[in-house]
Amino acid sequence: MAKTVVQEFTKGLWAEVAPFRLVLGLCPVLAVTKTLENGVGMGLATTFVLVGSNILVSMLRNVIPSKVRIACFIVIIATFVTVVELLMQAFTYPLFLKLGIFIPLIVVNCIVLGRAEAFASKNGVAKSCADGLGMGLGFTLSLGLLGAVREIIGTGTLSLPFLYNIPIMGDGYRPFTFMVEAPGAFVALGLMLCLMNLIPKKA
Amino acid sequence: MGDIIVLAISCIFVNNILLAQFLGNCPFLGTSKKMETAVGMAMAVVFVMVMAGLITWLVDNYILTRLGLEYLQTIAFILVIASLVQFVEMFLKKSIPALYAGLGIFLPLITTNCAVMGTCLINIKEEYSFVQTLVSSFSYAVGFGFALILFAGVRERIVLGRVPKPLQDTSIGLVTAGLIALAFMGFKGMV
Repeated sequence: MAKTVVQEFTKGLWAEVAPFRLVLGLCPVLAVTKTLENGVGMGLATTFVLVGSNILVSMLRNVIPSKVRIACFIVIIATFVTVVELLMQAFTYPLFLKLGIFIPLIVVNCIVLGRAEAFASKNGVAKSCADGLGMGLGFTLSLGLLGAVREIIGTGTLSLPFLYNIPIMGDGYRPFTFMVEAPGAFVALGLMLCLMNLIPKKA
Repeated sequence: MGDIIVLAISCIFVNNILLAQFLGNCPFLGTSKKMETAVGMAMAVVFVMVMAGLITWLVDNYILTRLGLEYLQTIAFILVIASLVQFVEMFLKKSIPALYAGLGIFLPLITTNCAVMGTCLINIKEEYSFVQTLVSSFSYAVGFGFALILFAGVRERIVLGRVPKPLQDTSIGLVTAGLIALAFMGFKGMV
């Protein structure tokens, strides 16, 4: 079953979108999706790490001995996470503060290690890059969607990334703060999974 | 002494690592289908989290900060945790085979449990002393085990009920976790 580069890219966007289909990497999905902006920021940071680590793992796949491969992957991933951490600290400091310990925690996000082990260690550089990009953007979209839903219901406004807040619900709306609190995250994600299950999965 | 008790209670209940801080959710959903696996995972986490918390504290305070290498924190911590897990696994296999058999596959899985790494990072971020680190790591781990075992108990019951098809499995699991988190919110304001 040889897939083209384009197919490797698009599968991450719908058919295998990580948080919903595979239920992987849930911690950041639940924790940082209080607002659209946080969700998208986290998603893009993860995408960067995914693409970078996928490319490097794929390039080194014939050099790394298979016995110590997991340790090598973790070091590669941790390197890219450190790069992201420093970049965000330099250029998007407010977002860096909001995401807090969840940026270093990208290291232990199962999606990143999962793609390195399941895909990049067996495929060429171009395909691995496409796979990382697709998975990362799929992850970003899911985070953004969940963030937007929680923010609109929970506060009545929507914060566009790096812009300003737009009131969605009008003045008479009383914010349902449950959604931006911890339990709301679990319930919102559970109900979204349910909606995803209602839509048949395309082959 | 009073401070220590307050810290312990806040780490177990108020700031519960699973339900209030959202760390370690993959094993939370993955190993909570059966009571046995939940108990195994909870024990393994308590064991590793306390050791990892203490060692990363030492590494951070005596090596990284001294040498001005704080930016290597992420890499250093994950390496410490990964090698610690490996070491604990080998040690248990040799000396306490019964416990090793009991923990089974949960030990290697802990490397990618973000609750462990998260606790280590929180300890450093809050600038805890060594004793506080010991207490907070242990309490977070106990809180993790407590929530996990509670959730497993509820989940075993859900299997018996008739759940609509699209809601089955993870979906209803997440909604249930939300309700448990709601109950845990009642602890807010206690400390």
